[in-house]
Amino acid sequence: MTGQRTLATAGRVLRQLRHDPRTIALMLVVPCLLMTLLRYVYDGQVQIFDHVAPVLLVLFPFTVMFVVTSVAMLRERSSGTLERLLTTPMAKGDLLAGYALAFSVAAVIQVGLVMVLAVGPLGLQIHGGLGALATVALLDALLGTVLGLFLSAFANTEFQAVQFLPAFVLPQLLLCGLFAPRAQMLPILSWLSDVMPLSYAVDAATRAATSSMWTSALTTDVLVVAACIPLFLGLGAGTLRRRTP
Amino acid sequence: MNAIEVSHLRVVRGGRVVLPDLSCTVSSGTIAGLLGPSGSGKTTLIRAIVGVQRVASGHLSVLGKPAGSPELRRLVGYVTQTPSVYGDLTVRENLAYFATMAGVASSAVADVIETVSLGALSSTQVAQLSGGERARVSLAAALLPSPKLLVLDEPTVGLDPVLRQELWDLFHQLAGKGVTFLISSHVMDEADRCQRLLLLREGAVLADATPAELLQRTQSADLEAAFLRLIEAEVSI
Repeated sequence: MTGQRTLATAGRVLRQLRHDPRTIALMLVVPCLLMTLLRYVYDGQVQIFDHVAPVLLVLFPFTVMFVVTSVAMLRERSSGTLERLLTTPMAKGDLLAGYALAFSVAAVIQVGLVMVLAVGPLGLQIHGGLGALATVALLDALLGTVLGLFLSAFANTEFQAVQFLPAFVLPQLLLCGLFAPRAQMLPILSWLSDVMPLSYAVDAATRAATSSMWTSALTTDVLVVAACIPLFLGLGAGTLRRRTP
Repeated sequence: MNAIEVSHLRVVRGGRVVLPDLSCTVSSGTIAGLLGPSGSGKTTLIRAIVGVQRVASGHLSVLGKPAGSPELRRLVGYVTQTPSVYGDLTVRENLAYFATMAGVASSAVADVIETVSLGALSSTQVAQLSGGERARVSLAAALLPSPKLLVLDEPTVGLDPVLRQELWDLFHQLAGKGVTFLISSHVMDEADRCQRLLLLREGAVLADATPAELLQRTQSADLEAAFLRLIEAEVSI
C-alpha cells in the first residue's frame, strides 16, 4: 500500500463526484432539509427535537455514505475498472482506503453543514461538546462507507445494492434505541441490538449530546464503532479477488 | 522464446466447461491473432493468460512466470472488450489516475494520449466520446506501463476503417520494438494483419499457423473460407 495511490484514488472518487453536481446537492441539501423538517415536526416539543436531532445527525452520514459507496463500488465492478485496477501493482488497501478517505471528506462537509444549521437557526440545544458529536458523526460516516464497500460485493445490480438499505440499515435503525429503549426490548432483540454497530453509534451520539463530560461509556461506544471500521474494511478487502470465476 | 505457454488448460465457468484441455504457445515479439466465433472461449483464454480467470487445472506461463504473478502486473497490458474506464472523468483524468495506480510517471499520460491520437479530446468526459474513442482511452490506459505483452480483446470492434488501420500500424510498430500481441477478433479480415493465427472453436484449438500456411493447407482464397473449410473437415492442421 502506498500513500500516493490511496490519495490518487480518493482524488479520483471526489473528481467523479464533482462531475455529478446533482449527487453533491442531494448529499448536502437533503440532510439539511430533513433536519429542518424534524425541527418543525416537533415545533411545540423542543425537548424531543433536542433528543432526536443528535441521533439524526449521525444517521445521515451513515445512511448516505452507505448507499453512495455501495453503488460506486458496484459500478467499479460492473464497468470493468475494478478488474483493470486489480491487474495493476496496486494493493487492494489502496483502493479501499482511497474510497474511505474520499467519502470522509464528503462526510465532513455534510456533517458540518447540518450541524451549523441545527445548532444555529434551528436552535438545537446540545449539552455536550460539539467536537464529540462531530467525531461520532464522522466515525459513523466511515462505518457507512466500509459497510457499503463490503456489502456491494453481494449485489449484482444497482437495484440490489439500493435494496441493501432497507435490508441492512433499517433493522439497525429499528433496534438502535431510537424507537424503544434497548434494555426494554425482547431478549433476542436486545441481543441483536447489542451486536449491531449502529446501536453503539446512536448511543455515542446521545451521550455526546447530553453530557458535557467525555464519559467512559462514550469512550466504549466510540471504540466499538471505531473497531468495526477496520473489521469491515478487512472483510471488504476479502471480497476483492484478483481472480474471478 | 515463447511469451505465452499454455498447456492442458481447463476452465469451468458457471458449471459449463469452456476450455476442456487447451494447449498453445505464442512466441515473443509476434502479433498473434486469436480468432473464432463468439462463444468459442476467446475471452476466457485471454482472462486466464492475464491472470484474472480462476482455472480448474493446467499450466500457464507468461513471460516465463506463472500467469497472474505479481511481477507480471507491470509487464502485461490488458484491454477488455468493453472499455474499462471511468465515464464520468475526462480522458486525461482517467489516464492520470491509472498511471499512478500502475506506478508510472505522469509524463507517460501525454505520450499515450498522443499514441492513440486523442490529443484534441483529452479534456472531454469519456461518457461524451464515441464508442471507438472510448476504446482508445481503454487501450491508452493499457499502454501506460509500456508492457512487454499486450492482450487485447476485440480492440477494433466498431472502429472505422481509417482508425482500424492506424491502430494496426501502431500494433506493428510496437511489435517491432519487441512487444508481443495477442489480439482476439471474430472478424476474419483482421486475421490478415496477424503474423500467427490461433483458431478457436468450442474451447479447442482448431489451427495454429501463419495466415499463408492456413490458406495453402486449406486451399482457400481467403481466411474466412479457410476457417469454414476447417470446421467442415473438423481436422486439425
